[in-house]
Amino acid sequence: MSERYDVEVVRQDFPILSRRIGAYPLTYLDSANTSQKPKQVVEAVSQHYLAHNANVARAMHVLGSEATMAFEDARTAVAGFIGASRSEEVVFTKNASEALNLAAFTLCANLGPGDEVVVSVMEHHSNIVAWQLACSRTGATLRWFDITDEGRLDIDGAVRDGLINSATRIVSVAWISNVLGTVNPVAQIAEMAHAVGAVMVVDGSQGVVQLPTDVTALGCDMLAFTGHKLCGPTGIGVLWGTYDLLESLPPFLGGGEMIEIVRMTGSTYAPPPYRFEAGTPPIAQAVGLHEAIKYVSALGMDQISEHERDITSYALAAMRNVRGLSILGPTDMVDRGGVISFTLDGIHPHDVMQLLDSRGVAIRGGQHCARPLHDRLGVQSSCRASFYLYTTHAEIDRLIEALDYTCDFFSGRLATSGGVR
Amino acid sequence: MSVEQLYQEIILDHYRMKRNAGLRDPYEVEVHHVNPSCGDELTLRVNMSDGDITDVSYDAQGCSISQASTSAMSELVIGGTAQHALELYDGFQTMIQGQGKVSLDEETYGDAVAFEGVAQFPARVKCAMLGWAAVRDALLRVQAGLREES
Repeated sequence: MSERYDVEVVRQDFPILSRRIGAYPLTYLDSANTSQKPKQVVEAVSQHYLAHNANVARAMHVLGSEATMAFEDARTAVAGFIGASRSEEVVFTKNASEALNLAAFTLCANLGPGDEVVVSVMEHHSNIVAWQLACSRTGATLRWFDITDEGRLDIDGAVRDGLINSATRIVSVAWISNVLGTVNPVAQIAEMAHAVGAVMVVDGSQGVVQLPTDVTALGCDMLAFTGHKLCGPTGIGVLWGTYDLLESLPPFLGGGEMIEIVRMTGSTYAPPPYRFEAGTPPIAQAVGLHEAIKYVSALGMDQISEHERDITSYALAAMRNVRGLSILGPTDMVDRGGVISFTLDGIHPHDVMQLLDSRGVAIRGGQHCARPLHDRLGVQSSCRASFYLYTTHAEIDRLIEALDYTCDFFSGRLATSGGVR
Repeated sequence: MSVEQLYQEIILDHYRMKRNAGLRDPYEVEVHHVNPSCGDELTLRVNMSDGDITDVSYDAQGCSISQASTSAMSELVIGGTAQHALELYDGFQTMIQGQGKVSLDEETYGDAVAFEGVAQFPARVKCAMLGWAAVRDALLRVQAGLREES
């Protein structure tokens, strides 16, 4: 284990965190949406553009070689970061959604009626709609894990109902729910999938940024995540897949650099990962992601994870004292990540968000790209506070203060609505 | 622009006591509008007689701004012609997208003037427009002779 870092020192790398919103200091509690970026990442991207910019692979001059090397170094760094055995297993995409769409499009290419794809009701829309599209193209059937009332995957119910069976071809679930914060037993589900010969895909958008990642321990065949939640730039995501699986799959998008030989009568395709990277890739973004990986690795993913647990348990305890506040999902720290969704009795999440924003506290209000989960929980929408490696106890205190202010603001003004105490 | 100016008493009053709320018969057209970014939903019915809007009824789930705006809109358009309502829509939309530089005529817009503050909060513009967009859609469907939501 690396040593515990000093959060106040870390925050000096994030100039945006010293911003003020009106009369208040910024309290950024929307990191599950996108994380803030340290200076080191921004400088690496700008240094790449200012000193090394060229296209990759096809440009043969010095700058072209430098850019290609920087791009491929980033690939190697990602592979190391997630415990992949070869860098050729790392495909760069524009975000996690594209990574999941790539997975769905290629894995479902040979499916047909009678085949089944399994997701869960707690997924982000990206891990639902991509598979709905693939199923409607191929005639395969989409099925899903339900959740327990506590907000955990209902594994027992799935076993009872034979959710994963001999017709199952693909199982795709989130490592950590972007709404509930639940850490799902991915390795166990992967075992269930593999027992029936199905491919296991994991949406690591929230997991990879919060926990140390080892694809072998996760037990999955594919893992999707995005750079911008990991202190990296927007515009770059990753799909990792075992080399043998990737090599067996057809291309996704057609274009430059994904081919071997192109003739007007037909083409042959490059080996992975290039087969899945048509066109000019996100080069500077890969450089930025590489720097982000260096940054979080220097702090230590085990320490970041420990910090998130500390902040989340502090927030869960403090939120219990806010009038009319209900937490969605697990209220203890067992298998729980750094995101807390909640409702305030009688006050719509949009209005909560607005009041908090007026005090400099940035949270998300709405369905967080997870409408089926909100339907399942019987709530129209919710508020979400999410934390990261730079979040402080003082920020949680400001959240609580702003929530109390919100209750007071609306309870005075909406006295006759009966909803607010 | 402070949050107190956004949540004016008139807006909260409409939120507390929504005018013309609930779905009623008879109606000529029913539409269903959503705001996918936050999940607000609105089912809205319009009834017409001799070119006049005789009823606007609705069932809505959403924030105070979207609910109050729908409520204030219903008061303004019921009893007028479809053409009048569509003109009100245009004026309201111009104001709400005007970043605080466009104001509404109080005589014409009544309580809806209170939503001028929303124009300063671009993230909430869609909320204030939900009811207006739905009634416009419904009226255009009536004019096109469509009875069913397609």
